[in-house]
Amino acid sequence: MLPLPSKLASFSAGARDTLPMLVGAAPFGMIFGTLVGTTQLAPWQGQLMSLGVFAGASQFIAIGLLAGQAGLLVIWLATFIVNLRHMLYAASLLPHVRHLPQRWRWLLGFLLTDETFAVVDSYYRQHPQAPQGHWYFLGSGLAMYLNWQCWTLIGLVFGAAFPQLQTLGLDFAMVVTFIAIVVPQLTRLPNFAAAVAAGSFAYLLKDLPYKLGLLVAILAGVGIGMLLIQLRTRASTEQRLS
Amino acid sequence: MSATVTLLGMALITFLIKAIILILGDRVVFPPKLRQALSFVPVTVLTAIIVPMVLAPQGGSLALNWHNPQLVAAIFAVIVCATTRHQLLTIMAGLAVFFGWQYGLG
Repeated sequence: MLPLPSKLASFSAGARDTLPMLVGAAPFGMIFGTLVGTTQLAPWQGQLMSLGVFAGASQFIAIGLLAGQAGLLVIWLATFIVNLRHMLYAASLLPHVRHLPQRWRWLLGFLLTDETFAVVDSYYRQHPQAPQGHWYFLGSGLAMYLNWQCWTLIGLVFGAAFPQLQTLGLDFAMVVTFIAIVVPQLTRLPNFAAAVAAGSFAYLLKDLPYKLGLLVAILAGVGIGMLLIQLRTRASTEQRLS
Repeated sequence: MSATVTLLGMALITFLIKAIILILGDRVVFPPKLRQALSFVPVTVLTAIIVPMVLAPQGGSLALNWHNPQLVAAIFAVIVCATTRHQLLTIMAGLAVFFGWQYGLG
């Protein structure tokens, strides 16, 4: 029998496997930092948002809303809707985490992001029995957290010095990171159809208030995916019967 | 002051959404149908976030043309990812094309 990987080895493997995500998050964190200057937030409040909220897409949307003088409740509602997906991430990771002490589950929950979910989920698929899997999760989450803090700070400093950075379109880094997460999952037809439906609805409904279009798009995509799975199951049952 | 309250509220909301299911643990039970629905969530959410950013980067109307660096670089990144399955390569190549295209045409 192979020896179990140590805590430290699992922790550093998690951080190492997250490296591509760190590269993608870097310019995105930096543009977040520079955009703080377009709002009424002081630089320390921009850093506080990264330290406390730690959810790139919703931080970005909040900056846009703050710059547009949106009210407190609108910002909180948008934060809620845009971050709901993490609940679903947590649900799919729960079987691997539910045996852990409470303090671990609070910590891993706080560190959950799209990127860490993608890395940790694929790790658990390859290692269904990973007794040190939570150390791998922690390594990935902490690497993302520290990276996000550093690049926010760099963005805050550079944004104050060179305001023209804000027009560089660095938020494209988020797009390309998400492409690297999504494309490998599109080989299954139901996933592909779900993505096409979600993307189309998101574009058509993008001007709905409070990011509601995003919510409808997600529901449409999940609905199409479920429908295809059902049709396929029914077709294969009929084939077996005939 | 009110900005700090806004931020702390955002932090609390985000933390609760991310952690509540992990905290409740065994008290949450998912029926198989729900589990199946959950499996579509990452792919739909991430696609729904990025498609509008790529097709209409200025937030206005559809920009389906070669002067849209987001679109060109996104197509390129999809091709690189589909052929190589290499995440780091996809991200670096996508960013390189994006900045190259923006400056080359800017």
